[in-house]
Amino acid sequence: MAVVRVRGSLRKLTGDRAEHELEGATVVELLRTLELRHPEVSGWILDERGLIRRHINVFVNGERGDRTTAVASTDRVEVLPAITGG
Amino acid sequence: MTELLVGTKKGLFVVEGEPGCGFAVKTRAFAGEPVDFATRDPRSGRLLATVTSPIYGPKIFYTDGDPGVEWLQADGVALPEGGDLALERIWVIACGEADGTLYAGGDPGVLFESHDGGANWEINAGLWEQPSRPRWQPGGGGLCLHSICTWPGDPNRLAVAVSAAGMWLTEDGGRSWRRGNVGLSPRYLPEEALKDENAGRCVHHVERAPRQPERMFMQFHGGVYRSDDAGASWSDIGGGGLPSDFGFPLMVDPDDPDSAFLIPLVADVDRVTPDGRVRVYETRDAGASWAERGDGLPAEHAYLTVLRQAFASAGSGERLELYFGATSGEVFGSGDAGASWSTVATRLPPVFSLVAS
Repeated sequence: MAVVRVRGSLRKLTGDRAEHELEGATVVELLRTLELRHPEVSGWILDERGLIRRHINVFVNGERGDRTTAVASTDRVEVLPAITGG
Repeated sequence: MTELLVGTKKGLFVVEGEPGCGFAVKTRAFAGEPVDFATRDPRSGRLLATVTSPIYGPKIFYTDGDPGVEWLQADGVALPEGGDLALERIWVIACGEADGTLYAGGDPGVLFESHDGGANWEINAGLWEQPSRPRWQPGGGGLCLHSICTWPGDPNRLAVAVSAAGMWLTEDGGRSWRRGNVGLSPRYLPEEALKDENAGRCVHHVERAPRQPERMFMQFHGGVYRSDDAGASWSDIGGGGLPSDFGFPLMVDPDDPDSAFLIPLVADVDRVTPDGRVRVYETRDAGASWAERGDGLPAEHAYLTVLRQAFASAGSGERLELYFGATSGEVFGSGDAGASWSTVATRLPPVFSLVAS
């Protein structure tokens, strides 16, 4: 299973754990699995359209990815909030 | 003791005090996050706040305890999944007339209802499924549903305002809605476009007079209006002593249906207090005339912007308290219905909203 790593508010909403072993063939499938396992995080990473929120970046094995990026069982996915705000 | 809930660009500030005796910040919550609106439901004592994280999107939170310690996230504050739109922001929360009922208005022109005091919400389908919705035009702040006017004693009657989709009225608890824009005259549209009922009706703020619910007051995008038929039609009351008929904030005295208070700004192209003077304008004759109320407010080189939700009242009649906050981070208050004013707080982050109780 791929490892999804979250931090900050997302970590608190996912059982106060930074790393989650999840099943899914794409980034969005992994994130949906994360929501099923931790419903509190629903709406925080993906919006109602199923899109990754604009100021959240996803990296797969260190490479910038998007919701459709394919993920293998050995991959490592980082979910990073952008530094934003005035 | 008066409690002020001050929503700012960088958190919620709970300010307490009494007019004339000083105010103090008691709590800061949601540090660093934009708090668009916060209110306390007087029936339950529950605090509710709308927070629009630039990263994680808009949410409603509530607490029955210490606002500095723990908040719970409300469920159901989202648009239907799988559509083309996402919820952008929650602009306002209002208490309904039925027990436990609350309403929340947001962008894109959406009304949510809660019937359990704010823990769970659902979208109002009647307004969401309006056939004309695809042709609604957003204002500069988005397609925001910012004003929710309940009808004292009748939970079926409700009026909401959307910038710039105008006024919407229901008399069956929100199952069906009709427009209420007759008489509004948008000066920013060519005359021919007025025939198009979907052309922008940029309502900035609406309040209902609780003692005479058919009467409503409106600050429009250029124009001040009064309705005596529950929002179906409107008459211009923007002359008679106002320095400008542009602005956003509006308040009423709950005891006096002939009263309204405005904080005019110069114009849409210059959204600051006119002449570098901060003044509140009062009518006590339903808009026939307006009088300046500025004793104690900054009177020189003061170019403040007061946003639509940043004007609030508590009490009524001779004990009417008025408060407003500016994007400069200052909050001002009056304990005598606007006759005299003092500074309540300074150096807060830009003030988005203010609710007093």
